Amino acid sequence: MAETEERLRRTMMFVPGNNPAMVKDAGIYGADSIMFDLEDAVSMTEKDAARVLVYESLKTQDYGDAELVVRVNGQDTEYYHNDVIAMVKAGIDVIRLPKVESADMIKTLVKDVEAAEKQVGREVGSTHVMAAIESAKGVLNVAEIAAASNRMIGVALSAEDYTTDMKTHRYPDGAELEFSRNMVLHAARAAGIAAFDTVFTNMDDTDGFYRETRYIHQLGFDGKSLVNPRQIAMVNDVYQPTEKEIENAKNVINAIEEAKVKGSGVISMNGQMVDRPVVLRAQRVMMLAKASNLLDEEGNYIEK
Amino acid sequence: MDIKSTAIAGTLESSDIQITISKGSNGVEIELDSDVKKQFGDQIEKVITETLNQFGLTDAKIKAVDKGALDCVVKARTLAAAQRATDTVDQPAWEVL
Repeated sequence: MAETEERLRRTMMFVPGNNPAMVKDAGIYGADSIMFDLEDAVSMTEKDAARVLVYESLKTQDYGDAELVVRVNGQDTEYYHNDVIAMVKAGIDVIRLPKVESADMIKTLVKDVEAAEKQVGREVGSTHVMAAIESAKGVLNVAEIAAASNRMIGVALSAEDYTTDMKTHRYPDGAELEFSRNMVLHAARAAGIAAFDTVFTNMDDTDGFYRETRYIHQLGFDGKSLVNPRQIAMVNDVYQPTEKEIENAKNVINAIEEAKVKGSGVISMNGQMVDRPVVLRAQRVMMLAKASNLLDEEGNYIEK
Repeated sequence: MDIKSTAIAGTLESSDIQITISKGSNGVEIELDSDVKKQFGDQIEKVITETLNQFGLTDAKIKAVDKGALDCVVKARTLAAAQRATDTVDQPAWEVL
């Protein structure tokens, strides 16, 4: 897939594309990914202005290490083509297409992105894409959508539109999303890309937010889409590994190195064989620990 | 490039700047309203003028109400207003961005 190295994507923060104050400050909250929205957060009369604003901000503002994503307007709108060209020219990392229902929609996007790369003189293949799944049809086709292109880095579930399509609405326990969450997650894992859970919009329900985040963390989602920067710390808190997990991961990694030095092919730790999934999990735990500022320079656990 | 109609872009919210552009005949004439005019007025006017010139507009009357916009916002709002005034919203001038 496009992204070979494992990247943390715990938090994808939505930023309304026509709001200068939010667009300029988006980098200061420590989100793993920042998603500038040209679609639903922008009124029809301001689509052109939002596109230019996001473009100029991307060209001039420092967003640190965050992965920069733009949600363009849908392929059935008059804004889509100019959105794609402008964002490719701005050097965006990822273009997120809303309301994806088939692999063909991603293939069309990839074709348009490639044409834009050639038009603006950007390296062909350097722009990644991702799909938002917002309907029953999208959920049923998500496996082929996730595998539609090697530019794909992820799939995201968008629950507001999805629940409307399903003739229901969101409930606190999330039972109405169970099938779609598992479909999106499995499609992402099968294609080797990231899975993003939907937004949680009730800012007053902190307990509900933690409950939902713990649940999607348990399922195996990479992270969650967010509407408010206050939610970033809460998600990171849920994804933060425990001291025991870190110690264990360190032991695994030490065992690998020891085995390398010895020239031994098989790795054992505490008498148990360490195979590839254990190693991968250990590496991810260490990456999360580092991102959570739980390690010192030498990789030792810091007591909080 | 000709100005076909008067156009506005931007809002009066914090960190934004509202640019109104209309026909002119005596270069780029700017009427700037800003709390930080003393400190940044020259810079704001410079960004507006340069952006319009790059866009191909040498004559225009501008009313700018600044609420603490960064240069990139000034440029973005000027461009958006210019595209609207010249009726070129659907064919953005990619080279000017």
